[in-house]
Amino acid sequence: MDFTFSEDHEMFRESVRGLLDRECTADAVRALWDTDSGRSNELWSKLTELGLFGLMAPESDGGLAMNEVDLVLPLIETGYAAVPGPVVECAAVAVPLLRDLGDTKLSGKWLPAIAAGEAVATVGHDANQFVADAHIADLLLLPHEGTLHAVDGAAVKATHQPTNDPSRRLYTIDWSPSETTCIARGDGAHSLLSDALDRGAWGCAAQLLGVAQRMVDIAVLYATQREQFGKPIGSFQAIKHLLANVQVKIEFAKPLLYRAANSLAEGADTRSADVSQAKAVAGEAASLGAKTSLQVHGAIGYTWECDLQIWMKRAWSLELAWGSTAWHRARVAEAVIDGKLPARSFGFEPR
Amino acid sequence: MDLAFTPELKAFRAEAREWLDANVPAEPLPSLDTKEGFALHREWERKLNDGRWAMVPWPVEYGGRGANLIEWLVFEEEYYRAGAPNRVNQNGIFLLGPTLMEYGSDEQKARFLPKIASSEEVWAQGWSEPNAGSDMAAIRSTARREGDHFIINGQKTWASRGAFADWLFCIFRTDPESQRHRGLTFILVPLDAPGVTVRPIPQLDGETGFAEVFFEDAKVHTENQLGEEGGGWKVAMATAGFERGLMLRSPARFQATAARLVELYRKIGGDADPALRDAVARAWVNAEAYCLNTYQTASRLIAGGSIGSEASLNKIFWSEMDVQMHETALSLLGARAELLAHAPEAGDVGNWLDGYLFSLAGPIYAGTNEIQRNVIAERLLGLPR
Ligand SMILES: Cc1cc2nc3c(=O)[nH]c(=O)nc-3n(C[C@H](O)[C@H](O)[C@H](O)COP(=O)(O)OP(=O)(O)OC[C@H]3O[C@@H](n4cnc5c(N)ncnc54)[C@H](O)[C@@H]3O)c2cc1C
Repeated sequence: MDFTFSEDHEMFRESVRGLLDRECTADAVRALWDTDSGRSNELWSKLTELGLFGLMAPESDGGLAMNEVDLVLPLIETGYAAVPGPVVECAAVAVPLLRDLGDTKLSGKWLPAIAAGEAVATVGHDANQFVADAHIADLLLLPHEGTLHAVDGAAVKATHQPTNDPSRRLYTIDWSPSETTCIARGDGAHSLLSDALDRGAWGCAAQLLGVAQRMVDIAVLYATQREQFGKPIGSFQAIKHLLANVQVKIEFAKPLLYRAANSLAEGADTRSADVSQAKAVAGEAASLGAKTSLQVHGAIGYTWECDLQIWMKRAWSLELAWGSTAWHRARVAEAVIDGKLPARSFGFEPR
Repeated sequence: MDLAFTPELKAFRAEAREWLDANVPAEPLPSLDTKEGFALHREWERKLNDGRWAMVPWPVEYGGRGANLIEWLVFEEEYYRAGAPNRVNQNGIFLLGPTLMEYGSDEQKARFLPKIASSEEVWAQGWSEPNAGSDMAAIRSTARREGDHFIINGQKTWASRGAFADWLFCIFRTDPESQRHRGLTFILVPLDAPGVTVRPIPQLDGETGFAEVFFEDAKVHTENQLGEEGGGWKVAMATAGFERGLMLRSPARFQATAARLVELYRKIGGDADPALRDAVARAWVNAEAYCLNTYQTASRLIAGGSIGSEASLNKIFWSEMDVQMHETALSLLGARAELLAHAPEAGDVGNWLDGYLFSLAGPIYAGTNEIQRNVIAERLLGLPR
């Protein structure tokens, strides 16, 4: 029993944080918002060099053969830096899906390319009305009436649905499912899609906690500098207590997220319920963080110019992605109260 | 990261479970805030100690099992699973005991530890005074050295279990010129000493859960001084220390409450307000979050890490969770929620009301949640004072 991360985990986190501090500044994110694709190939390549996208791919496909426990801290960092693009869909959903597919021809084609940063994958799911970042995807994994399909980016027509968060662009997809695109059906497709949902929700939960922490940090910095009544506003208890409340939410969401990572990595039967717990509380933490940080900023926080908006909008979009907070809370209730899916408390076994 | 319970932990769990199943009283004991209940809880502690289950985290040389924090969590899980009685001597076991081991002389350890272990002596904690609540350093009660005795004057208040306890550990101002944290000394006071008067205070539920203690030229031998004269604040801070704060409310307590809440919902369920369903799920998730967070902290401490102001996050989380859980239960019970436990129609309904009333004290004792929020903001987030 050891609920700590290893030194390697911490080092991996540090290197991702270091890279993003330099390369994914608020100014850089804003600059991307104004470009056509809104995405940076350069940043993607650098994250690839650190191993982010191939992390869960088998070594024979150029990956690191690692799991969700290894991925969770770097994913939090991608939220902390508000990295634009389908990081979750590609690294946390598409890669393990291709790995688990058991179709070596397909995985042998795509995994090495993704692990090398030469291809980007995104994933559609019935839990999401739209597909994230389809415009830059070389590979789309899409569901169709209970079957699962692999479709070339060139073979679809993606229509942008402008949304509140330019860092997560959403698309409707025109495409034709066929025998050749179909990669799984029946129980196989069902279980792959169910794992995809769990991993997508879990990945968003990780990013949401990074987003929430960033909003607290931004607000703390602002509250230390901004003065009213002759003192920093951060010395007012009303401000202190607002921010302390968010920190409490974040700290108690983290262990649920880490446990969910562990359950996914082990394929535990409780993984869906564990993920839903994490997604629900991470969503709440980020949503409280957004409101709070805005309030601490006053009017400046309500401007386009203030960088806080980058993270508030991530909070709101990720909260809705891969099952909203409310949807996941309802699923927890179904697990815990109705016993519709397995859920167990940690350590404690009720009589 | 390895979240599996090792074979050793499983064996430890099985041993605890077996003993508890065989020994926990079939009927719940009367409240420990009554004279009769107090005596029965003391008896239970003696039995626990005979089985060597009273002092699980204490070193073996003092009659414990030398359990680390994870083993302690496992024991607590079994304790709550078994529905075993509240710990009447928790101040002695979890607060004073470890402080004595750290600061006590060999004579003091030999004198006090065995009687804590057997609960022959039950301890209360005396920090608060009428004018020193959140601002504990405003303590005014004094102790003056006269030969080999202290002469103590002043008043302590809100001492939990003080109505029936045998001893009180306190800090007093020994340097009359001193201010704030300086000039205080940690002294162990027998509540039957001359000049000591205990006046029980009925709590919100009408029971005498705490007491105020008056000192009028009370005479206490100087051998009851713990740590250095004038160094009482440091000893008190160790007593109330962060790691011990971790042990104040073990996760299993809330997981057990959450499990009962789920049962209650299933029983009443049906036409209940959908918001209540959500609240039940939320309670269950919060209990999980608290548990996992505690395992995380325990793992970090075992690996040589430390816990500081993070303890304030815990205090806020468990106390607010406890209130939320009980509020949810009362909402589920509807009009029956106001029945006291001894009402003929009450069934097990009254336990929820008792629990609710007690949960409301959580955000107040052990440092109010406002004080904890100040600590988080200033020491963890770095906001200016
Ligand atoms: C059930 C129960 C058991 C207890 N058991 C014990 C015991 O065994 N031994 C013992 O010594 N004491 C005990 N206490 C007392 C407890 O430690 C005090 O109640 C607590 O420290 C608060 O002090 P106070 O009640 O004087 O409130 P006050 O300090 O007067 O506070 C009143 C209100 O003002 C707020 N406030 C005060 N200062 C600040 C500040 N700086 N910033 C923001 N808000 C502030 C508080 O948060 C609170 O809301 C117990 C209390 C209860 C309810």
